[in-house]
Amino acid sequence: MTPEQQQPRLWKKAPFIANPWLRYGLIIIAFAYLYWAVSTIPFNWQRISEGWPRAMRIFGGGFPPAFDRGELMWKGFKESFQIAFLATILGVLLSIPIAVMSAKNIAPKPIYFLGRAIIITARSFHPVIVAILFVAAVGFGPIAGILTLTLYSIGFVAKLLAEEIEEIDWGQVEAMRSVGAGYMATLVYGVFPQILPRQIGLSMYQLDSNLRASAVVGIVGAGGIGATLMNAFGRYDYDFAFAILILIIGIILISEAISGWVRKKIW
Amino acid sequence: MVEQKEDSLAKYWTRYDSKERWIRYVIYFLTVFAVVWAVKDIDIFWPWVWDAPNQMQNLAVRMWPPELGAWSAIGAALLETVHIATLSTMLTVFVALPVSYIAAQNTTPNRATLWLGRTILVSSRSVNTIIWALLFVAIFGPGVLAGILAVMFRSIGFIGKLMGEAIEEIDRKPVEAMEATGATRMQVVFYAIVPQVMPAFFAIVILRWDINIRESTVLGLVGAGGIGVLLQGAIDTFAWQTVATILIGIVFLVLVGETVTSVLRKKVL
Amino acid sequence: MLEISNLVKRYGKDDAVLKGLNLSVTGSEVVSIVGASGAGKSTMLRCINRLVEPTSGSITLNGLELTQLRGAALRKARRKIGMVFQGFNLIDRLSVMENVLAGRLGYVSLFQAVSRRYPQEDIERAFYLMDRVGIAHYANKRADELSGGERQRVGVVRALMQNPEILLADEPTASLDPKTSEQIMVLLQGLASEMSLPVLINIHNVAQAKAYTDRIVGLRHGQMIFDGGPSDFNSDALDAIYGGIENPDDDGQDISVSGGVA
Repeated sequence: MTPEQQQPRLWKKAPFIANPWLRYGLIIIAFAYLYWAVSTIPFNWQRISEGWPRAMRIFGGGFPPAFDRGELMWKGFKESFQIAFLATILGVLLSIPIAVMSAKNIAPKPIYFLGRAIIITARSFHPVIVAILFVAAVGFGPIAGILTLTLYSIGFVAKLLAEEIEEIDWGQVEAMRSVGAGYMATLVYGVFPQILPRQIGLSMYQLDSNLRASAVVGIVGAGGIGATLMNAFGRYDYDFAFAILILIIGIILISEAISGWVRKKIW
Repeated sequence: MVEQKEDSLAKYWTRYDSKERWIRYVIYFLTVFAVVWAVKDIDIFWPWVWDAPNQMQNLAVRMWPPELGAWSAIGAALLETVHIATLSTMLTVFVALPVSYIAAQNTTPNRATLWLGRTILVSSRSVNTIIWALLFVAIFGPGVLAGILAVMFRSIGFIGKLMGEAIEEIDRKPVEAMEATGATRMQVVFYAIVPQVMPAFFAIVILRWDINIRESTVLGLVGAGGIGVLLQGAIDTFAWQTVATILIGIVFLVLVGETVTSVLRKKVL
Repeated sequence: MLEISNLVKRYGKDDAVLKGLNLSVTGSEVVSIVGASGAGKSTMLRCINRLVEPTSGSITLNGLELTQLRGAALRKARRKIGMVFQGFNLIDRLSVMENVLAGRLGYVSLFQAVSRRYPQEDIERAFYLMDRVGIAHYANKRADELSGGERQRVGVVRALMQNPEILLADEPTASLDPKTSEQIMVLLQGLASEMSLPVLINIHNVAQAKAYTDRIVGLRHGQMIFDGGPSDFNSDALDAIYGGIENPDDDGQDISVSGGVA
């Protein structure tokens, strides 16, 4: 069929990147980066070499985990849950107006940009950074935690909700306008019913992820079980710290299962 | 017969609806009750709450204008943050792929390995990066190594779980065909499974790299390297104007990470 | 020579799918196996290369007992049994050539497979076979860019790359349009005589079975109820195989049972 049928026909796998310059260039760049990154990072090898005995000591001290200080743990977990719960309620409520502001199809231009700016700021910072700032502003304790997680919730829920609003069935809004409904009435009858199921699912998801985050923001002083954990770690109280860790894992697994189950029911 | 079935289904749904309404009222009540309980019970000093807007405004004023003098140190710390994210993501791949292989139902050798894989994934995912960092700082001392290990240990669960799901979703037919040619187990994996999960793999790794950049910004708050170390130092010394510069740097870094991610995603997929 | 004797396959505690099947295929016969869905055609074929574990009975290929093989010995036996699938079973994201060379997996090492460093004679044989079925110009195309008929050609070439001693084809034309499926049948028939290879074809289309194969085996409820030449396959045989089955086709496939037979 082809002219060169007589000679042996060679075949090689076509390379992933066709251009050889680009192909080898990328490989060289990757290795150069690795070398650069590893060589510029300061490693304290002497300290690192002590790691093994230290790890032994930590795990040795951590087992068996001490669940005897139940009072203290209960207080920490209760506070974490309260922080997560209140922050979810506040965050979800606040995210509704902000989502309306940030939906291209129903918000006027200047308001739209303001809404987007709020969401971007809320999303850019890791909750732990936000927490440390709130701790500096309002002091140690659960207030900083609630404020942090409220902002965290707004960043996530408002963003998804705004996207949801942008994708609503526009016919229902037009129907409301055609009967002469005002802006608020249009929102309440034409927009909110369409996004409600999604909003409930999002709230459940957010409660779950706030519960996870609440264990963490405590490490920088924003209340909850994280603060208890940090204290235990600071006092080399490893058996207590491991007990807390095991409980955190257990509670996160349960909360994940519940939130997943509820979302499956609603969606 | 089919119609009959639908009929009973319809009845079932109406019954369920009234039950659902009832459940809904209970949920409303429970929610309100929980809010009241939480607000009353929580250990909050209320005057602080009312003072909070004031305090935050104060803090904002003290941050202005951002102190730009320390930019070179901040730049170096931001780079270190990127290195932590990149190196840990690379290292994670080597661990997460074998774990995902044994945690996927269709490739795992036996039940014991399946549960081993699942246990590794769950414990990795349930412990937050910063808690991992706390542990590794205690073991290896403050520094970048603790940060890299922390991010890595958290990412194993993420990448491993998603890759495991990707493996479970592959088309089994090519696998069957490879088995029929007399290929070995490993040949089947590399020939029939790897090509199928390649796109998912790139998408997942890129996604996790983006997340890891954000995570790496906070490692320093527990001493595990990166920009967080400077942030903690500036806050401890009340150098609020430097804090402002660092925050701007972090936003910049996160935005750069997002841009790179979206470009990569378009290029690769 | 393939010799199946008293083959039984039972899934779990259900009724046996195959109830003591006996069949022997010699020389380069092209045998078609017809029967309604659930008659056990596919199970029988998969028992031969052990993609399905037979419950009892014996299958020998050129004197080698297949049912007791394990591990490396099983893989070595599978190399000699080529298989063509209904859904082609190609690796979509790999090139046609890589798919074809996959037929050599039983002969090469893991390193050779991963790095695609196949022996030169494998590559030459691949080109020769692809030329024979008319797909050589697609060698570097991705498998999912091909049409159904072309994909099945890739599947056939992959099976032949194994240097098989027998070829199994599980509904090779059921996913193809009538014209293409005729072409594939012609191809299988031609290749069988060129390579003096016995071929077992599961097929729904009785007209094609009669036109392109030397021998027809009819299965019903896991038992053989017809075995003879295409000329012996009359409407009585058809009735015995398919009669009384209201809805012979499953999976929504387009199956012409009575086709051109009536």
